[in-house]
Amino acid sequence: MKSNVGNEAIIIDKVTHTFKTDTGLLPVIKNLNMTVPKNGFTAVVGPSGCGKSTLTKLISGLLKPDNGEVYLNGEKVLGPKPIVGMAFQNPVLLEWRSILKNVMLPLEIVPNDLSEVDKEDRAKSLLHLVGLEGFEEKKPSELSGGMRQRASLCRALVHNPEVLILDEPFGALDAFTREDLWQVMHKLRQEEPFTGILITHDLRESIFLADEVVVLSGRPATSQYSLQIPKLKNPKLDSLFSPDSIEMLKNLRKQIEIAQVQQATN
Amino acid sequence: MRQILIPFYAIIIFLLFWEFVVWFNGWPNYKMASPSDLWPAFWKFKKLFFQYGWDTLWRTVAGLLLAVIFGVFLGMIMGLSKILREALYPLLVGFNAIPKATVVPIIALMFVGQHDLNTILIAFMISFFPIAVSISIGLSTLEPEYRDILRSLGASKSMIFWKIALPKTLPEFFGALKVAVTLAFIGTNLMEIVSPHGRGLGALFDSGKTNADYPLMFAVLIGLAILGIALYYVVVVLEKIFAGWAERSSE
Repeated sequence: MKSNVGNEAIIIDKVTHTFKTDTGLLPVIKNLNMTVPKNGFTAVVGPSGCGKSTLTKLISGLLKPDNGEVYLNGEKVLGPKPIVGMAFQNPVLLEWRSILKNVMLPLEIVPNDLSEVDKEDRAKSLLHLVGLEGFEEKKPSELSGGMRQRASLCRALVHNPEVLILDEPFGALDAFTREDLWQVMHKLRQEEPFTGILITHDLRESIFLADEVVVLSGRPATSQYSLQIPKLKNPKLDSLFSPDSIEMLKNLRKQIEIAQVQQATN
Repeated sequence: MRQILIPFYAIIIFLLFWEFVVWFNGWPNYKMASPSDLWPAFWKFKKLFFQYGWDTLWRTVAGLLLAVIFGVFLGMIMGLSKILREALYPLLVGFNAIPKATVVPIIALMFVGQHDLNTILIAFMISFFPIAVSISIGLSTLEPEYRDILRSLGASKSMIFWKIALPKTLPEFFGALKVAVTLAFIGTNLMEIVSPHGRGLGALFDSGKTNADYPLMFAVLIGLAILGIALYYVVVVLEKIFAGWAERSSE
């Protein structure tokens, strides 16, 4: 089932999803359309509880949409696929494994023809890239929150996924650590190109990292607004304080407010 | 070295205090034997001590192994299926609520003459409950993200079980095993004391009672304590090997 669109790595086509709860049906996502071009990086923002995490599960195939279709690289998503890498707010590292073994975990599951040494080299090079060289043999409990999240990003990327899904990966970190990790993300994108979706509550994060920011409406979520972010060659944190950036942030903030009001009245 | 010396001195002080209290009150040994009575009592029956000690030990371990196998199996099906959990939990709680001392004579009658079997059976029945509960709770409370990480890569259910669910449950399992060891030991002794013409340290204890050999009864208690401590530390060592990661280093 190939779609005829060429350059779009992620296509979300009129997707609707409803949860069955004890009190009845809860429509979470309604008629959502969204695309991410190959090697593009899109941030999704929206009011709390508007269905953003559900969206990540629909893209990764952990959930099936009631209506509509999701395509990854032209292939319709019918279930979980190893071409996806995921990272969550909780780094969910396995405490009984070393950092290196944690990063290598996807290579034990996804079919590949790497030797054990190749797998280690691959994991080590990623750890090096995010600044965790020397921590390979440490246990997750010996690392700080920011370091654990770096390792979690490495694990999401180790099997060269075509699509990276990030569900608020920096949400639980303090502001400075978060900014460090934003820089790490830019570095990773340069060295390890991927198509990405980033769920976030942080508008600054969204414009700093993404090429496009999509604002979801209040529940049931649909795409309410989308903003293209002009790409900078080497974005510096200072750029967040430029008049252009502040204009974009104000603009997004206003859209969030509209979505919040809509969610409250529904 | 300090780790050995401190408990060692504590035991010496305890024994001296015990000896003193008995001497000070002038208690006869049928009221309270003193530590100095214990060694002669042990020496007189030393062959029986070793032979019966071995009987008690292997029956306890056999019962415990059965409890581990059955408890893990029960915990697994209850942890992985909500329907089975709801169905089995009340049964399990009800079964556990029966004081096992009352089951002892029933089992003793049921398998009369088969002393090894009924002893192992009681040790097993009394000790599988905490294991089953810990495994089922460990499996059912696994954070969904852990599962999602593997599921999103297309991992099968059994892969998720072996790579994540099982290792993550190990610390709880060993916590339960420490409780189960003690329980199994109680079960073994209950049966050995009650069973007529039994063997094992419990039977030796009972013969001390019928022959009014009180120092022997106390010596058996000490023997049981030593066996119990040994079993407990075997579990501690296994825990260190298989679930040592759960212990935070205190730096």
